[in-house]
Amino acid sequence: MSPSRLSPGKLSPDEQSPGELPLNSLLVTEAARQMTICNACRYCEGYCPVFPAMELRTAFDKGDISYLANLCHDCQTCYHACQYAPPHEFAIDIPTVFAKLRVATYAEHSRPRALSRLLNKGRMAIALTCVVAPIAVVLLTLLLAGVTSSLSAHRGPGAFYEVISYPAMVGPAIATLLWSASVLALGFLRFWREIGGRPIQLLDLRAHLRTFAEALTLEHMKGGGEGCTYPDERFSTSRRTLHHLVAWGFGLDLASTTVAAFYENFLGRIAPFPIWSWPVVLGASGGFAMLIGCAGLLALKRRRDPDPSADPSRAMDVSFLILLFLISATGLLLLALRDSSAMGLLLAVHLGFVAGLFLTLPYGKFAHVVYRYAALLRNTIERSPDAR
Amino acid sequence: MPSSTKDSTNTDVLIVGGGNAALSAAIEARQAGARVRLVECAPESLRGGNSRHTRNLRYLHETSNRFLTGPYREDEFWEDLQQVTGGATNERLSRFLIRESADLGDWMIEHGARFQPALKGTLHLSRTNAFFLGGGKALLNAYYATARRLGIEVEYGVEATRLQLDGDRFVALEVSNGGGTRIMEARTLVLACGGFEANIPWLKEYWGDAADGFVVRGTPYNRGLMLRQMLDAGARSVGNPREFHAIAVDARAPKFDGGIVTRLDCLPFGIVVNRDARRFYDEGEDLWPRRYAIWGGLIARQPEQIAFSILDSKAIGRFMPSMYPAFEADSIAGLAAQLGLDAAALESTVSEFNNAVQPGSFDPSCLDGCRTEGLTPAKSHWALPIEEPPFLAFPLRPGITFTYLGVAVDERARVILDDGRATANIFAAGEIMAGNILGRGYLAGLGMTIGSVFGRTAGKEAARYVAE
Repeated sequence: MSPSRLSPGKLSPDEQSPGELPLNSLLVTEAARQMTICNACRYCEGYCPVFPAMELRTAFDKGDISYLANLCHDCQTCYHACQYAPPHEFAIDIPTVFAKLRVATYAEHSRPRALSRLLNKGRMAIALTCVVAPIAVVLLTLLLAGVTSSLSAHRGPGAFYEVISYPAMVGPAIATLLWSASVLALGFLRFWREIGGRPIQLLDLRAHLRTFAEALTLEHMKGGGEGCTYPDERFSTSRRTLHHLVAWGFGLDLASTTVAAFYENFLGRIAPFPIWSWPVVLGASGGFAMLIGCAGLLALKRRRDPDPSADPSRAMDVSFLILLFLISATGLLLLALRDSSAMGLLLAVHLGFVAGLFLTLPYGKFAHVVYRYAALLRNTIERSPDAR
Repeated sequence: MPSSTKDSTNTDVLIVGGGNAALSAAIEARQAGARVRLVECAPESLRGGNSRHTRNLRYLHETSNRFLTGPYREDEFWEDLQQVTGGATNERLSRFLIRESADLGDWMIEHGARFQPALKGTLHLSRTNAFFLGGGKALLNAYYATARRLGIEVEYGVEATRLQLDGDRFVALEVSNGGGTRIMEARTLVLACGGFEANIPWLKEYWGDAADGFVVRGTPYNRGLMLRQMLDAGARSVGNPREFHAIAVDARAPKFDGGIVTRLDCLPFGIVVNRDARRFYDEGEDLWPRRYAIWGGLIARQPEQIAFSILDSKAIGRFMPSMYPAFEADSIAGLAAQLGLDAAALESTVSEFNNAVQPGSFDPSCLDGCRTEGLTPAKSHWALPIEEPPFLAFPLRPGITFTYLGVAVDERARVILDDGRATANIFAAGEIMAGNILGRGYLAGLGMTIGSVFGRTAGKEAARYVAE
């Protein structure tokens, strides 16, 4: 290189030939370019674990980038603090490139890929989960239980099963859940390998406990103390609070279902349960929490600062929130109207949404639970004193 | 002259600039009851002058706190300042600066600043300097939010173009937003609009074409228009016009606004040669935090304003990565070819250096015993032979942070005239008056100290003038 070529000017690692590279590797190249600049700055190291994890590295391959992208909680704080954010020529926008990469992660690791690509665009997921699934279940119900039974009131123990039989309700649920769980488990393992985790590390119980606590408390959505700059440049804890409502509400509903299954299979008590019973109390409080949480997060999404270019995971996030909202709403409605003749159809619609959720768990926003957890676990292990 | 529309908003304190000094002044003046208006030359997305590239500030504190690991008292602060400036500082103003900086962090936190717990980093500043969580732009975001809450009127993309003075009294300011010009009247003026380092033609007055080889690390908006007009209007100048705070940056850096990510901290771990492949200064003279700020000036005085840091594989991992990759080769000759240097000359410089290296135990954290013997210039510490491939190189240019030529001020931040009188209603803060404190050299985090202390002083004094 001659001295004249050393005159001031931008090095352009981002100008690598676009050629026929798949989207994913272009994204990785762009994220690596940005991380290299961040790693020479490090001003954001106090915000979240992404930057300390970045500092442990000097180069960024696909595994490093996938790991860091899934460790990111999309709080936007680093974007607003960045002196190199657009319109600066370095064009640093970590939240956006990482959001794109997360969508790519779910698409790549949740197999089969064809289904994954189809569903993680959002629109198809909405159509399938919010329209096709409930209509299908309603039609099946009308067909199997008959129109009269479906549209008349049923009361007392076993009322639900007079509309949809116990095997017809539980069988498909277990089958779809098993399917989704296996897809996610395989995805988790594949992703674990990609981000440089070793299989033996998955047996580290202490690391799991710490990671689980971080995940449940959303430890890293605090943006260094005062919350994140979400939905706009002001610091706010609203997103973390609303996420807690959704996640803990989801957990309560899971607990409600588990208790109900225990009651039915081991205590011989059959649904519908009385209002002041554990399944109903847990389920209803979880439902209300999710209703508020989802509505709040959707509202934040609408107000989200348009600056971090587009919101690459908007379709995925919004479709998941709408689905959870509909599940909660129909669940609560079912509880309120369970003694009326509307019960049959409400039950079918509610179960239709649930079926839609179960079927699409690995391909949409829910997958973040699994891949974020893997990244957090990797981070816990990487930071532990005996890691290196 | 095109006719200007008159902007007759009732303003007590008009502030030119949008960085730390400007915001500190605006907040103090507003809290003292003044009606404050601030004009920032940059668009909102690039607001904040050079402060957006900063990370920390140095201030007096008697005890450790959450962000500072130990006390930093007046005597030590004063000694540090004397050492880096070689005594080229106004003691009265410097002592004022140091005392007024006491517990500055608390005031900043009250106005929205957040600091991060003491962390690692290459400059080992955790006792003396507090680090902004998220850096200088995060600090400015907080200050602008505070300014908005307090009711300070802020205009972006508005450049101060011409001062209207009545003798030595400020009357009005002509501003331009690219389209038309307006006249802004106000009772007082605070100039917190930086140095002139982004004005290359002005730099050429002192540096000739060498200025074309400089990299300006910060905002491209510091063109020094107000500084020049104040000097022309009879303000007393301080600071050597050829002096600036400048460090070694990667020669591949953009001409403006590259900030922190282009700096290179690898110099003490190898040798630095010029275009002729010759060494020109002791790379191991002192600990890096005390010497990093001399390299900009050193390289600025080399032919073609270019130099090269030459390292071997032992240096890998000992310095912060920069955003640019190192040039790498298996031989010194191969490296020379990549850099466009004379291979024989570089080989002979390296082997001369290697032969002069004395045995010693290498320790980058202190002034170790690894030095050269019989070499000119010597390398006094951290001298290890450059012999283990791969060999690495970074091309270097002078990266100017800010210039030292400025207007003289007093302890009330009033601009002083050539005849020694203070102007009645013109105040200056930040880099435009940093030369009062820094005759030469630099002390990490002091730019923000100067901006904060004199910014706050200017704001308070301007408000007091208005009240009287």
